[in-house]
Amino acid sequence: MNTRVRQLFRSFLLWELLKGLQVTGRHLFARKITVQYPEEKAPKSPRFRGLHALRRYPNGEERCIACKLCEAVCPAAAITIESEEREDGTRRTTRYDIDLFKCIYCGFCEEAWDSIVETHIHEFHFENRGENIITKEQLLAIGDQYEAEIAAARSADAPYR
Amino acid sequence: MPTIEIDGRKLEVEAGKMVIQAADEAGIYIPRFCYHSKLSVAANCRMCMVEVEKAPKPMPACATPITDGMKIFTSSPVAVDAQKGTMEFLLINHPLDCPVCDQGGECPLQDQAMGYGKDVSRFTENKRVVKDKDIGPLIATEMTRCIHCTRCVRFGQEIAGIMELGAIGRGEHMEIGTYIGHTVDSELSGNMIDLCPVGALTNKPYRFTARAWELVAGLGVSPHDCVGSNFEMHSLRNVVKRVIPVDNDGINECWLSDRDRFSYQSFNSADRLLAPKIYEAGKWIETDWETALRHTVQGVRAVLQNHSAQQVGALVTPTATLEEFYLTQKLMRSLGCHNVDHRLRQSDFSDDDIAPLFPSLGSSIEQLEQAKAILLIGANIRKDQPLLGLRVRKAYLRGARIVAINSIDYPFHFDLAGKAVVAPEQLPYVLARVVAAMSNGSDPPQGLRAWASDAPTQAEREMAEILKQAGEDAHIILGLSAIAHPWFSVLRGLAQAIQARTGARFGILPEANSAGGWLAGCLPHRGPIGQDVGDGGMHAVDMLRDPRKAYLLVGVEPEYDCLESRVAADAMTSAEFVVRMTAFDIEDGLPGDVLLPIAPFSETSGTYVNCEGRAQSVTAVVPPKGEARPLWKVLRVVGNLLDQPGFEYMSSDDVRRELTWDIDDSEPDTVIRRLSEPGKPANGKGIDVERVADVPLYKVDPYVRRAPALQAAKDTPEPAAYMNSEQASKLALVNGDRIHAHMGESSVELDLIIDERVPTHSVYIPSGYRQTAPLGGVGMVRIVKV
Repeated sequence: MNTRVRQLFRSFLLWELLKGLQVTGRHLFARKITVQYPEEKAPKSPRFRGLHALRRYPNGEERCIACKLCEAVCPAAAITIESEEREDGTRRTTRYDIDLFKCIYCGFCEEAWDSIVETHIHEFHFENRGENIITKEQLLAIGDQYEAEIAAARSADAPYR
Repeated sequence: MPTIEIDGRKLEVEAGKMVIQAADEAGIYIPRFCYHSKLSVAANCRMCMVEVEKAPKPMPACATPITDGMKIFTSSPVAVDAQKGTMEFLLINHPLDCPVCDQGGECPLQDQAMGYGKDVSRFTENKRVVKDKDIGPLIATEMTRCIHCTRCVRFGQEIAGIMELGAIGRGEHMEIGTYIGHTVDSELSGNMIDLCPVGALTNKPYRFTARAWELVAGLGVSPHDCVGSNFEMHSLRNVVKRVIPVDNDGINECWLSDRDRFSYQSFNSADRLLAPKIYEAGKWIETDWETALRHTVQGVRAVLQNHSAQQVGALVTPTATLEEFYLTQKLMRSLGCHNVDHRLRQSDFSDDDIAPLFPSLGSSIEQLEQAKAILLIGANIRKDQPLLGLRVRKAYLRGARIVAINSIDYPFHFDLAGKAVVAPEQLPYVLARVVAAMSNGSDPPQGLRAWASDAPTQAEREMAEILKQAGEDAHIILGLSAIAHPWFSVLRGLAQAIQARTGARFGILPEANSAGGWLAGCLPHRGPIGQDVGDGGMHAVDMLRDPRKAYLLVGVEPEYDCLESRVAADAMTSAEFVVRMTAFDIEDGLPGDVLLPIAPFSETSGTYVNCEGRAQSVTAVVPPKGEARPLWKVLRVVGNLLDQPGFEYMSSDDVRRELTWDIDDSEPDTVIRRLSEPGKPANGKGIDVERVADVPLYKVDPYVRRAPALQAAKDTPEPAAYMNSEQASKLALVNGDRIHAHMGESSVELDLIIDERVPTHSVYIPSGYRQTAPLGGVGMVRIVKV
């Protein structure tokens, strides 16, 4: 008997609805967590694995010595390297292509050697067919442009490696 | 046989073997650096330490002979501790620069450091640094990486026969190097790259271009000499990057000559012909296959109609495959013409009718080692067939006595028990006197008296005695200079006379795949497998001396490949129609009408027959570059377009199936019973000297001529006139003089170099060079100071 009366009152007074609106009301006045991308951005881990870059040493010399370990370890076979002896007798690449469509951003290349890194950059697009393959020049340019950020991220992560 | 136990496995091993050999045979792994099955035991790396029961200390497995009841433990705590200790010491001075090292990925030190090395070095002092040496164009050095196993040193001493690398200093100051300023010039130097267990000696042309793990290997057979060495061509993305030997104890053991190892450079040379070209209005125009083939067929048809089939001549490179030889002769014979030949550097064809089925060594390559005496006639076996040279050296080390009759005092890697170094014209006379000195035995060939009119000298008698003593165990070898000799048939007849008297083995070492050329019937006087072809056609020299109206050049560069290079060049100029099937673009100014790009030996399937008669078939390793196509396909299509039946092959195997033969060892060569009469001696006419026209080993075919590393090697001499000081003083010349060398109507200007290896009355002007090509073949040269 009691249960029936309670049910009757609850359904006539829209109790369930009010209870639901209580959550709505709480969120209406609570602090918002939506990130207004692209004006606002969420913080990223220094381990974030985005667009690739080739780094240089502080003296301007490229770090890559064409050991081809990144090419060998790449599970998606996204890296293509050709190498030769440079005029000064050092081992250097003549071609360093990464196919960003093939790449699965696993970061193994970076594990293999410190010259190729995956940066924090994740916002990039291609407008034409073929632009998905980025060349050595492009990779070095990315490295040059973001060297400060890349270096900061590596040093932040260094204690955990 | 003693019974031993390795790691609990009971083994029966031949007495006198070392522990490491017993373990290798049983498939039990023992780490090692300095031990190599083909080299002497040095036991200086100490990596192969094993524990032997009742021995107080670990023993080096490579230097511990087995004894009955021996118990050996290769991975007991004592053995592993010794191996790990050795590895730590080896790594103390090793730079650990594996990422930049070409050996990385195929390095015994790297592999064994994985098994026996520590992950952290306890060595904090400065590492030793050794300055790199420049030891020539083929081997790159990084001497800091050296672990002093001395494999390279032992290879030079024991196998190659010249000690070019040695160890200088002791302990930490020990360095491997050449004697001050010298380079490593052995024709087998590339094997040191394979032997080096670390990255101290690496392949210079291949340097830094690829990694071992990304290369695709394909089997190949060498087309450069008559040995038929087996090798692997390693390619990356369809570009051949390097060549390494494949073990075949019957042919090349585990070695490879530098010529076979580095000729791959030509596949990627800048002048590879990548599209057909036709010559129109004074210049070469690139075109497609259809146009080029139509042009070819029209040109050939025009000559057939306006003249006759006899006005067509085909010259085939000796480096061609059996199938290519066969198809060329089939094409020519179906046109009704027998003018087809591959013997471009032969000048005497008078014994063609009685020649054997194909020129052969007369025994297996392995048997050559067993000879008790070897007579080399016009043969620079060390340079022309480097791996046969090794066998002769092995025979020498077993006590064989080697005798040489040559026109240059070739520096061999074995000592000669007797030698005669005479001007080419004198070669048959010397040989005839050796034959005459062997008084007993069968009848002398008719005409011997005319050649052996003088009494044999003491040296010639000694040579005869050496050969007689060896009897059936002697081996007589005619080399490339003998084949090029104007009296080749006489040399062959005389050599066979020695064979008849002693029962010795007799062999001819022709160029490249010439044995295949003979078997395929790429000859004017014989069809495939020695078939009779009636009157036959013109041989290589006649075809050029009596110019034809049309030439089919199959892989040939007549200006360099023909002995009579000047006559060849003139014949090409005067011809109405010249088809050049070639892997390489034509040089500016050379005559021709069509260029058809063909695939080099890495890009085509085919069969090579070596001097034992062993046929080895291989497949293409990489697809043809550009528009190039395998030659057998080109010849097939030309046959189709000329409406000839029987050219419906679908693969080179189809061609191969038409050719089968049995080699019957019991059938002796037809012995030459009659020698040609000697001509008038041409010597002694004042300033005329006889030319020795040997082709240096890195000039023999279009491939090696385009390998920059080989061209930079010491074995490629300067194109100059080489003369001994006696002859030079007779002509009032000194070293470094500029001279004009006149031969017939042509002349070239060259430097004169004094070289005591050249006999008096002769001058060595090497063939195969652009600078000496205008001269032509063997004969008299007039040397005049500029």
